[in-house]
Amino acid sequence: MSVAATAIMAAGLNKWFGEGEARTHAVRDVNFEAYFGEILYVVGPSGSGKTTMLSMISGILRPNSGTVKIEDTDVWSLSNDALAEFRLHKIGFVFQDFHLFPRLTTAENVAIPLILQKKDWDEALKEAAADLEIVGLKDKTQLPPVKLSGGEQQRVAIARAIVSRPDILILDEPTASLDGDTGRNIVRFVREHILSDKRCIVIVTHDSRIYEFADRIVKMEDGKMVGIEKGTLDAQ
Amino acid sequence: MRGILHIAYKLLVNDRAKYAALLVGITFAVFLMIEMTSLFAGILMRSSATVINIGASIWVMDPAIQTVANSIPLPDYVLDEVRSVPGVKYAVPLYSGAALLKLRDGTYQAANVIGLDDTSLFGRPALLTGKITDIFAENAFIAVKDSEFYKLGSPKVGVEFQLNDHRGVIVGIAHVASSGLFGVPTLYTTYNRALQYIPNPRFTISYLLVEPKSPADVASIKAQVAKAGYLALTKDEFTSKIAKFYMYQTGIGTNMMIMTVISFIIGLSISGQTFYTFVIENLEKFGALKAIGAKGRELIYMILFQASFVALTGYGLGVGLCTLIIWLARLYLPDYAAIITGWNLGVAFLMVVVIAASSSYFGVRKVLKIEPFDIFRG
Repeated sequence: MSVAATAIMAAGLNKWFGEGEARTHAVRDVNFEAYFGEILYVVGPSGSGKTTMLSMISGILRPNSGTVKIEDTDVWSLSNDALAEFRLHKIGFVFQDFHLFPRLTTAENVAIPLILQKKDWDEALKEAAADLEIVGLKDKTQLPPVKLSGGEQQRVAIARAIVSRPDILILDEPTASLDGDTGRNIVRFVREHILSDKRCIVIVTHDSRIYEFADRIVKMEDGKMVGIEKGTLDAQ
Repeated sequence: MRGILHIAYKLLVNDRAKYAALLVGITFAVFLMIEMTSLFAGILMRSSATVINIGASIWVMDPAIQTVANSIPLPDYVLDEVRSVPGVKYAVPLYSGAALLKLRDGTYQAANVIGLDDTSLFGRPALLTGKITDIFAENAFIAVKDSEFYKLGSPKVGVEFQLNDHRGVIVGIAHVASSGLFGVPTLYTTYNRALQYIPNPRFTISYLLVEPKSPADVASIKAQVAKAGYLALTKDEFTSKIAKFYMYQTGIGTNMMIMTVISFIIGLSISGQTFYTFVIENLEKFGALKAIGAKGRELIYMILFQASFVALTGYGLGVGLCTLIIWLARLYLPDYAAIITGWNLGVAFLMVVVIAASSSYFGVRKVLKIEPFDIFRG
């Protein structure tokens, strides 16, 4: 897949928690770019600052210094409301534990971003059902998430993330709650069906079994970016 | 906004166990609050039954009077003095006292006897059976068909009884607005017959009933009566004075208030705790919504909607349950005093609003504090 325009540009990102002697530097001077049409992995051991970095580039955690630009929008110059609106329209999230509402049907879970965008309830459910079809859960729209397997729940979370057609998709440890085969199948599915020239996907993981699906891999250690390399996709 | 409230509604009602616990808590609290306050309202209304039923604009009495049931007789000259006060259209005496009846079956029954002014019959009740002029017939009494009527043996016109060894005859059956508080039947007769049949102290007038020429005259009448050493109260002032007596000087009001407050605390603790747990259980999901792009105020609306919805539903169920219980109680206990007034409903509603507001306050605080970053961090 050809690499196109810059989707995310992070420059001089720093984040620390606490003050004085208790200060912990979670992310130090991180710089990178992610492009439309690619899957970028952020990898590293626990405590390396992956999640903190992911939160900063997705407009969730304000950095102490540095800038994040998504499609030329300086994310951290936006007001809180504008930032929430920006996330709603531009970024799709797949959380590690899925965070699906057990009291809603899968279709209603998927429709949430559209409902937050103030779309009509029935219209939102219709679009959600269409996206559930994309992820292969056409006949499970009326089931609550608890009736689905882990892999199916992950796919519901993916459908929720893409239902508003965001340009950026953020997946946090997408295979952490899944067995090896299911995890690989999910990421392969994302690679084959969700990635497009107009979308950039960032995946935080420390699961080396899925590295093969990355275009590029950003490696982090102790809050620092220690390298960026091409994925092993070409070798497949 | 409708969409997000729809989500809030589904999150609430689909969690059936918590929704049921919330509804039970609020319904029970509302039921207790309305039951307690309506019982009190019923007691207060009945305590002023004579004032309500007679309907005089101004009541003149001894200043030491606390309730209408315990009159302190006035000397006759007070009637003349009041009649001479400028602004008084007319003033008539009223007798109110207790008597012991011997019914036809030989049983004894206490009764409240109201003696109406012979000339005007001012304060006479509406008759269901008989003619009011029959009250002037020999030994004539009118029985009031209220919740105590059966204690007279549910008499018909013509039934005889003895009152302090005098013969009495029922010449009419009347209907009044309110039954009395003390569980005794009421008989109406003329003022003079009441004095004749019931042993009395030196002074015999229980109250003077006064009609002013115009509402503007009320203040000057009260002032003139006060100068004479007596107390003149409007109908509303008198009922209020009686209510205050029962509220603050008998312990009834305090006990009812304590029960109402306890009901409120029970409702607040059950509902508050359950709602808080409900919010805590969904906290991560609210955090996820925030990460996706929900604004803080939208989450506040969700929680307020959930709290208000459950509070109003519980309120409706509580009012319904209370109405049902009072209705059932009245079927079997004619003396049951509870009445649901707008005031009862208002107090319970206010308390439900406080329960909903307090429950949602802690939930809102938690939800506003949750950071989407916490969701990522796990």
